[in-house]
Amino acid sequence: MAEVLLDIRGLCKAFGALQATDNVHLQILEGETHAVIGPNGAGKTTLIGQLAGNLRPDAGSIHFSGEDITPLDAPARSHKGFARSFQITSIYPEFTTLDNVALAVQAHSGHSFRFWRAARDEPALREPARRIVEEVGLGARADVLAANLAHGEQRQLEVAMVLATRPRMLMLDEPMAGMGTEESQRMIEFLTHLKGGLTILLVEHDMDAVFRLADRLSVLVYGRIVATGTPEEIRANPEVRKAYLGEEELE
Amino acid sequence: MRGHRGLVVVLAGLALLALVPPVAGMLNQPFYIDLLRRVMILAIAAVSLDLILGYGGMVSFGHAAYLGIGSYSVAVMAFYGIHSGPLQWLVAIGASALVALAIGSVSIRTSGIYFIMITLAFTQMLYFLGISVDEYGGDDGMGLKRLSQFGNLIDLGDPVAFYYLVLAILVLTLVIVHRLVHSRFGMVIRAAKSNEARTRAIGFSPYAYRLVAFVIAGAICGLAGALYVNHTKYLSPHIMHWTISGDIMFMVILGGMGSTAGPVAGALVLLVLENLLSGWTEHWQIIFGPFLVLVVLFAKRGLAGWLAGGRHG
Ligand SMILES: Nc1ncnc2c1ncn2[C@@H]1O[C@H](COP(=O)(O)OP(=O)(O)OP(=O)(O)O)[C@@H](O)[C@H]1O
Ligand SMILES: [Mg+2]
Repeated sequence: MAEVLLDIRGLCKAFGALQATDNVHLQILEGETHAVIGPNGAGKTTLIGQLAGNLRPDAGSIHFSGEDITPLDAPARSHKGFARSFQITSIYPEFTTLDNVALAVQAHSGHSFRFWRAARDEPALREPARRIVEEVGLGARADVLAANLAHGEQRQLEVAMVLATRPRMLMLDEPMAGMGTEESQRMIEFLTHLKGGLTILLVEHDMDAVFRLADRLSVLVYGRIVATGTPEEIRANPEVRKAYLGEEELE
Repeated sequence: MRGHRGLVVVLAGLALLALVPPVAGMLNQPFYIDLLRRVMILAIAAVSLDLILGYGGMVSFGHAAYLGIGSYSVAVMAFYGIHSGPLQWLVAIGASALVALAIGSVSIRTSGIYFIMITLAFTQMLYFLGISVDEYGGDDGMGLKRLSQFGNLIDLGDPVAFYYLVLAILVLTLVIVHRLVHSRFGMVIRAAKSNEARTRAIGFSPYAYRLVAFVIAGAICGLAGALYVNHTKYLSPHIMHWTISGDIMFMVILGGMGSTAGPVAGALVLLVLENLLSGWTEHWQIIFGPFLVLVVLFAKRGLAGWLAGGRHG
């Protein structure tokens, strides 16, 4: 049995009267790809926000590799090895593809109180960035402004930035959202190839992708985890059928 | 400005500035030396504001504070009989940096309209302080006892020598800001302006970087203040009035935010237009106001965008 990498204990978050995260307990194992599925507004993004340090939980704690990281802010969690993509693409539109990734490399290459040398002339930033840009298949688009990339390319770029921080734990919020079929297939293939080397928390509506990628799944409904298990267990779970999965999606 | 075209425009502009004294001498119009010197001094202030406004996204509506601190440093030291230029100017830079550190450490915790209001409020406080200190002339201000002294090195009483000193400091400022914004440091403040959530998510804490940028901008503007009081030979608290902060901000917007040299063009156009229009009609601001509004609405990247073409970065 693999080690528990991320241990979420009794997490709660309310927006006014709305309980967006309702006493969530969840253990993510080192090296697994764990999908979180659930209907719109179930609280999936809110959960990732708390794990990444963008949102402060009302109660509960988050333990990473045995350490309580609940008090740490987002930059500090990034340095612990957390990396997230956003549901709405979050990149630097007025910088080139390569600049975007080089910035993520820079964030993990010591402090940036270096005032004189041009960052774009530093091989220590540009070379690793270029490798990752090529790895995600954007090599030919390295010098294009990110604003001018197609939507699917921008989502690939965001994954490249996330990888450039050399994370231990990847949290992807609907990486396939808004992609065409072909782009989605490429992204699924890419994630398949990442899988195993990294621990991945994947939020995704595309059931095909989820059942292909996930080692285990959790189903979130109204902020509450109603089931956790392997894809087979989840398919067979009557409560999940009732609460979330449409009958035809199961076949 | 990026690429060759931008560099050519900048070098040509600086060459033209270098030609002003001989041409003004030939035409027997020393007034132009005076006007262009003023333009360059305020251009230094505008370039420093561009570092935090154009590149850092910090809309400081109180940049005149540092012109004031720089001016007061020089004039008050002269008042007490300390005339050494290097000492005065170092104090001007150091005091401005300290004031920027104090204002920045509070204001950078906020953003948007709060940031604008806090920087404005601090500068108004300094302005009222200047008005109320009767020792140094209060509201009326006071004459600068002696120009800053640099021994045999340079005599600021010589208008042409002073002009070239200001030009040299302007060039130095441009070089420094250009290097800064392309360095690792500069990339962080630009990234934080572009997308703060992403910047934090990849592991940067922008606060310290922003604060350092704010202090550097204040220090450079403090030097501009030291130049300014030598230029006018008079200390006035009105240098810290909010309208001056507004003028500097307009120079940056007019010239092109996030273009290192753009604000120089902005300062030139703003001050020359002001000069021409105010000679022509007392109500020049009626023409000037709508002009600025049009620039803000239609020339998003300012004069720099128009001169350099292409993208910036
Ligand atoms: N900042 C906020 N303030 C108030 N309510 C919020 C906020 N963020 C999210 N919510 C609400 O919390 C609930 C959970 O939202 P969340 O975005 O986490 O859902 P989700 O599962 O990611 O949904 P989707 O599948 O549509 O992305 C929703 O009802 C949403 O409207
Ligand atoms: Mg969501």
